[in-house]
This record gives sequence, structure tokens and C-alpha cells, in this order.
Amino acid sequence: MTGAEFVILSLVPLVIGVLAAIACALPGNFLLLRRQALIGDAISHVVLPGIVVAFLLSGRVAAVPMMLGAGGAALVSVALIEAIRRLGRIEPGAAMGVVFTAMFAGGVLLLEQSAASGVHLDVQHALYGNLESLVWLDGHGWGALVDREALRGLPPELARMAVVTLAVALFTGLLWRALVISTFDEGFARTLGLPVRALSLALVAVAAMAAVAAFDAVGSIIVIAMFICPPAAARLMTDRMSGQVAWSLGFATLSAVLGYVLAGYGPLWLGYQSAVSAAGMIATVAGLILALAALFGPRRRGVAAV
Amino acid sequence: MLWQALGLGLGYNATLVTLGAAMLGIAAGATGVFLYLARRALVSDAIGHATLPGVVAGYLVMVALGGEGRFLPGLMLGAAVSAGLGLACVSWLAARTRLHEDAAIGAVLSVFFGAGVVLLTVVQVLETGRQAGLETFLLGATAGMLRAEALGIAAGGAAVLALVVLLRRPMVAVAFDSEFAAGQGVNLRAVDLAMMGLALAITVVGLKVVGVVLIVALLIIPPVAARLWSERVSVIVALAGAIGGLSGYLGAAISATAPGLPTGPLIVLASFALFTLSLLFAPARGVLAAGLRYWRFQRRVHLRQGLLALASGYPVHDPLTLRLMRRQGLVRADGVVTPAGRAMAARARLDERRWHMLRSLPEFEAAAARHDGLSPLSEVLTPDQLAALDRRLGPEGAL
Amino acid sequence: MTMALELVREKLIDQNPLAIRGLTVSYAEKPAVFSVDVSFRAGQMTAIVGPNGAGKSTLLKAALGIVRPISGRVTAFGAPLDRARARIAYVPQRASVDWEFPARVIDVVMMGLYRDLGLLGRVRPHHRARAMQSLARVGMESFASRQIGQLSGGQQQRVFLARALAQGADLYLLDEPFAGVDAATERAIIGVLKGLRDQGKTVVAVHHDLATVPAYFDRAFLLNITAIAEGPVAEVMTEANLRAAYGGRLGPARQAV
Repeated sequence: MTGAEFVILSLVPLVIGVLAAIACALPGNFLLLRRQALIGDAISHVVLPGIVVAFLLSGRVAAVPMMLGAGGAALVSVALIEAIRRLGRIEPGAAMGVVFTAMFAGGVLLLEQSAASGVHLDVQHALYGNLESLVWLDGHGWGALVDREALRGLPPELARMAVVTLAVALFTGLLWRALVISTFDEGFARTLGLPVRALSLALVAVAAMAAVAAFDAVGSIIVIAMFICPPAAARLMTDRMSGQVAWSLGFATLSAVLGYVLAGYGPLWLGYQSAVSAAGMIATVAGLILALAALFGPRRRGVAAV
Repeated sequence: MLWQALGLGLGYNATLVTLGAAMLGIAAGATGVFLYLARRALVSDAIGHATLPGVVAGYLVMVALGGEGRFLPGLMLGAAVSAGLGLACVSWLAARTRLHEDAAIGAVLSVFFGAGVVLLTVVQVLETGRQAGLETFLLGATAGMLRAEALGIAAGGAAVLALVVLLRRPMVAVAFDSEFAAGQGVNLRAVDLAMMGLALAITVVGLKVVGVVLIVALLIIPPVAARLWSERVSVIVALAGAIGGLSGYLGAAISATAPGLPTGPLIVLASFALFTLSLLFAPARGVLAAGLRYWRFQRRVHLRQGLLALASGYPVHDPLTLRLMRRQGLVRADGVVTPAGRAMAARARLDERRWHMLRSLPEFEAAAARHDGLSPLSEVLTPDQLAALDRRLGPEGAL
Repeated sequence: MTMALELVREKLIDQNPLAIRGLTVSYAEKPAVFSVDVSFRAGQMTAIVGPNGAGKSTLLKAALGIVRPISGRVTAFGAPLDRARARIAYVPQRASVDWEFPARVIDVVMMGLYRDLGLLGRVRPHHRARAMQSLARVGMESFASRQIGQLSGGQQQRVFLARALAQGADLYLLDEPFAGVDAATERAIIGVLKGLRDQGKTVVAVHHDLATVPAYFDRAFLLNITAIAEGPVAEVMTEANLRAAYGGRLGPARQAV
């Protein structure tokens, strides 16, 4: 594998994978502590119909409509879940299950219908992404990183992912205190005058944004792994909030890099020609890291057990 | 064509498939009720997604052993093994670490699915392109289903249903109050295992029809829809089965008319439609009924508070209260109380004092528990009881 | 006496630290709190008492906006509650929080300083000092770096109180501060609360133990879904009032009087 081959084939997918993992791990920390891990499950299922609807309405596969569509779908699903919980007095897990499976089913059918118009989305891509295809044909070698012409040929998904990751990081950083307080003690936060409901919705919306951006890379189902596994593993390593977030970013990066490398080069090392699914491998590696943390992590049993 | 399909007129195979899907739906709906009652509905999501690596591994093993590879029972076995492993991981994570069950479910669901996806692409790498058959397990496909497969699914569904009926009493007891049930001698672990086992069985049986990603819907949506109609478990189970069966039937029938469309989403949307109807129109917990009740209750509260304020000589400021009182003719447009209003206020005050007296007397404890603070006491007490109460109030009682 | 009433806007606004008018809260059409009118006096310690299910916690939460009432108006120091939040501190029940949360004692107390710090304000030495001072007042300063999950029930309660103290409020609302705590903690907490009262602050606490009301509190508010009585402890805790609130189950109530 020469430098040029690496830059053309692997550099961009690696970077996108790492950014996607980071963008998901950040809000995932808070979702985990709020016992809303399964909202990640819900979001990643509803992102599909959001994107499809946006595509049908706007007529093209472009970033902004997709983001809006997915954000809209996330908020619609939250509203529906809330409505079902209150009105039917249904327990939250079941309410989520009803809404996200129905919305996902709707999304798939819409997708199949629109297949006739020759669109670039297809169901399998939606389920497990397409990281390997994000090649940089103009990346003629390491020198391409400073070559204006070559940089213009970068896949647009990279810029998109970078912007979203930055936005997620800004959100987390700026609202850090409010997020921590409202996650720890919602009633107390309310008495401080913090807009607890708005924060909750904003967290979900940001997670949805991350899910959409990551969708292209790893598809909708595997995004859940990125929301949950690195933060969960981090939870088992430390008792400090800032430590947990740091560990989660480390684990996310490791999962993305190791996952991609194993998927891309593993088969080659074993003598086969093609690669296996990078997204699937990233999720698997994230799971293995979680398993190791669950077996050996210093804080795996929690405080009470000390 | 659609009507033909619905009327089971599209030929023997299609009919068999549709009926098999219906049977599956009935069993799934009934099983799902117990998971819902025990608040473990989303564990089925983990079970569903965790079957994928097993299905593909089963395929690989069968091919390695020289077989066809797409032999359904073999794939189902693989599915059961990996889903069982997934379940064990969920329990282990939730019990042995500080993580909560929702995190464990999400982790297992996604990681196992990811591993399954890797295996799918391994098949692609090793192979000859026969994986097209396996990918239909993601979203379900009844097109091209063999007669034997359809029969097997129907039989599997029926078997699970029979087990659900057999085990319903202990499952209900544990779902309602596990400590009490344990005290009665019910083996909690065994019942929990049985419940999960049934969910696993449904998942495995339904994989080919509904698919890995959406099988969970058949275990959740019918029970939730049924819950809106009744408070009694046996009714809920029967209704959930009916709704699940109808969804399976409709979804499979429609799918037969459009072989290009995956079956899973169609079944799920059929059940969601039934759920929406239930949510809107169910008399017990439906939206319309509840909305009406709430609105009426709010009006009664405001009116009552307004009358009590009047009777005690306090002014009323709340705009909604004023509006309601004006509309009822208790207060004039300029804000002055009317004779009708005065009379109602006095009555409200009397009732309030009766209510206070009632709550302080032990002999009226049963009646006190029935009173909601708003309805006139004459509706809750017998005339004799009312007279006794008024005597206690003394001369000020009768205003 | 005629009953010709004028329904006019109330010109006189209740300036008390907490004034509640016509508060009704219901869970699925069963009123938990019904048409409650009460004002809590400044500079006094008032206990909210009543039988189980009387709506005491619900009253507090609805007053603070944590729970949505069907009707009612709440003012604090004469202003709508939302505008007076800077002067109010809330100590919730311990069960409302996940004690496995990744936070140390000092982190929790610092949350009380949020109003001063805002989202992005830097934590300066004087903020830390204030937090440590609050911890010292409840006797927990040596626990500052301890993980909150390692604390006993009484210690957790004291940390919650320290957090409220750090806010430097004028009105303190506590939900069952003495429930399930050891004797030493109970003494420590009542000491702090009386100190606050002596400084002129107002303390209102939902209290579960009738027997200690006369010793700990100046005033009492008897609640059983509706308001029964409010006033100095001796005036409120009469046999008649207690019977009205507790019904026939007077055993424990009688012993308290």
C-alpha cells in the first residue's frame, strides 16, 4: 500500500469515520446518563424517512435538505412519542418502539417507491452505509493535502461531516454546565430557571444531526453503536464527567480507525481480494472495547460497590 | 389484484403465505403483551437485531458442510443461538456493570447487527453472489417463499401461541408484581426465561416474513394498540393477537400484489394504522375520549373554585374561571354575581364543609375514598348518610 | 350582610416570600392538590404536614413549576415566580437523583452557583471558597472530593442542603429533608435551618414527622389535598384540625399534640 493508494482510498473514509464517531459519542454521553440510550435507537431509525422525504420534496440528494428532513423527523418522532405516552399512558420504551418502527417502515417503503426515479439512495446503503466508497480520486499522494486543485476534489461528505462535528462540539462545550445540571437533577435545574425541556429537545436534535451526517458513512443502524458503546465503555472507566467524555472520544476514535483498518486490510492480510463492511467492523470493534471495559474497567461496578 | 389478494384468491402459495403471516401476527401480538406489561418491550429490539450474525453464520456453516445454505430451519437455528447470546449479554451488562438496561439493549442490538453486517460482506467476499437470498432477511420477503417454509412459519406461530396460553398465569403474575409472585412460589427466573424464550421464538419464526430490523414492531405495536381498549389482561391478549393477526394478513396480502416491495414494512404499517385508530377512538384511553374528559374536568375545577371563592367573599381573578361562570349565568357581564350564582355558591360551600366533615369521620372512610372532591356529595352518599352528616354540621349546616 | 361582590382585579399583591392562590394539580383526574390558598410568612420556619398522599410534595413542585398545575397562581416576594428565582433555593427529595452520576460532592455544590457562573463563566477561587463554606456549614467539607454515590443517605441530604446554601437565597423550600437520615444529620440540618431563620431567611419544609413539628418549626400548614389550616404551630396542631386532616387515624397525630 503506497502513500498515494492510502490517500486516495483510505484517508478520507478514515477521517470521516473518526469524525462521525466523535460527533455521535459527544451527545451519546448525555443520552446515556439520562437513561435515554434508546433515543439513539429511535433517532437512527427515523433519520431514514426524514432523509427520504427531504429528497422527495427537494428533488436532490443534498446536505441541507437532508439535515432539515432528519431534524424534522427527529422532532416529529419525539412529539409523537410524547403524545402516545401521555395520551395512551403507555410506558416510554413501548411508545418509542411504536413510533420508530412505524416511521422506519414508512421510510423504507417511500424509498422503494422512489427507486423508480433512479435515485442514489438504496435500502442497504441506508442500513449500513457506504464508507468505503468515499474515495478521493484526486488524492495523488500526501502532497495532495496542500494542493488546491486536489483539495477541491474532496468528497463533499467530508466537509459536511466536519461542519457537523464542529457544531456538535460547540453545542456540547457551550451548554456544558446546563446539560450537566439538567442531566443530574432535572427538578433542581428547573428551579434555577434552566429551560429543561428545551435542553432536552436540543440534545435530541443535535444527536439527530450527528446521526444524519454519519448516515452516509455508516448507515442508520450502526449509528446506535456509536451513540452508546464508546460512552458506555467510558462510563466504566471513570467517575468524573470530564473524564468520561474524554475516554469516550478516545474509544470512538479507536473504534473508527481500528474498524476501518480491519475491514479494509484484514481480508487482504488473510489472502482475499475485497474488503468487508467498514461500518459493521467499526460497530463490532466498539462492542469489543465495551466488552473489555465491562470485564476489566476500573469503575465497572459503580460507586456503591467500592 | 389487491382485492383478490385480500380474499385469498391469488393461488395456493400466496394464500398459505398470507395465512402463515396472520398466524405469526397472532402469536407475536399475544407474546408481546407480556413483554409490554413487564416493561421489557424494547428487549425484543435487541433480540431481533442480534439474530443477524447467527443467520449468516448458519448459512456459512451449512455451505461449508456442503449444503444449500439457505435451508430455513438451519438459518433459524443460527438465529436462535446468536439471539440467545445477545440476550445473555444484555442481562450480563445490566447486572454486572453500572450500566442500565437501556444502554445494554442498545449496545447489543447495534454491535451484533454490525457483526452480522460484517459477516454478510464476508459471504460476498468468499462467494459467488448467492447472498442475495440472505439480504432479504433484513426487511423480510414473502415473495418466492416455499410452501414448506410458509407451513413451518404457521406451525411455529401456532406452537408459540399455545405456549403463551399455557404460561399466561405465571407470566401475568410476575409482570404485575414480581415480589408477590415470588412469595406465592413462582420461580421468577424461570418465568423471565420463558418470556424471553417466547419472544426469541417469535423472532426466529418471523424473521423471513418481517425481517430482522422490523420484527420487533410486531411484538410491540399490537400489544400497545390493544392496551388502549381494555384494562383486563385476558382481553388485551386476545385483542393484541387479533390486531397482530390482522396486520400480518393485510401486510402479506398487499405484499403478494407487489413482489418488489419488502413485506416487513407493509405489515408494520398495517399494524400502525390499527394502532392509530385505537389511539384516536378507543373509549377507555383514546385521545378523543381523554381529551373530552380532561376538558370537562378542567371546567368543573375552575367553576368549583370560582363558586367557593364567591361563597367565602373573595374576588375571582382567573380569566378562564370568570368566563366559565359568566357563560353559566352565575355572574353578570359586568362582574356582579347573579341570584343563581349566589345559590350555587352557597350549595358549593355547603358541600365543601360536608366534605371536610366527611374526611374527619372514620365511619365514612369508604365513602370518602370514592369522592373526587368535585361531585356533589348527594351523588356519593345515601340520603340517610347525607342526613347524618348534616346533623353533625349543626345549625350552620343547613344554610 | 349582603353578598354583592365586585369581581375586580386584586390591587393588593401578597408580598410574602411565597403566596399560592387557587392551586389545583391533578394526576389523571384525581386531584392531588385542590384549590389551595396559602401564604408563607417571611423570616419563619413553616412545616407542611399531612397524611400520606396529601399532596405535600406535589404542592411544592407545582409552586416551583416542576409539575404543571391545572389552575393557580404563585408569587414570590410579590413577583411572578419566574422572576424571583434568584431568591429561591430548592432541596428536593434524595430519591429524585441518580447517585451513580459522575460527580463529586464539590461538583454538586458548585451547581448551586450556576446563577452566578452562567453557561460560560470561569470558576474563580472565590466561587470555590463559597462552595467550601457551604459544605462547612453542613459539616461536609472533608468530603469535598468524594464521589456522591459513596455517601450515606444523611450525607447526601447534607450535600443537597449545601448546594441550596451556596445559592445564597432568601427562601428555602425543602422536600422531606429529614426523611431517612441519621440523628447526627438531623441535628446538623435543623441547626443550619434555624441559623437561616435567625438571619431573616424564610424556610418552608415538607415534614413527615408530626412529633417533631413543635420543636423544629414556628408555623405549620396542614394539608390534605385541600388546605386545612395555617398558622403558628400551637394554633394549627389542634385536635380538631388534626382530625380534619388525618380522619379517624389519629393515633400518631394525637401523640404529637
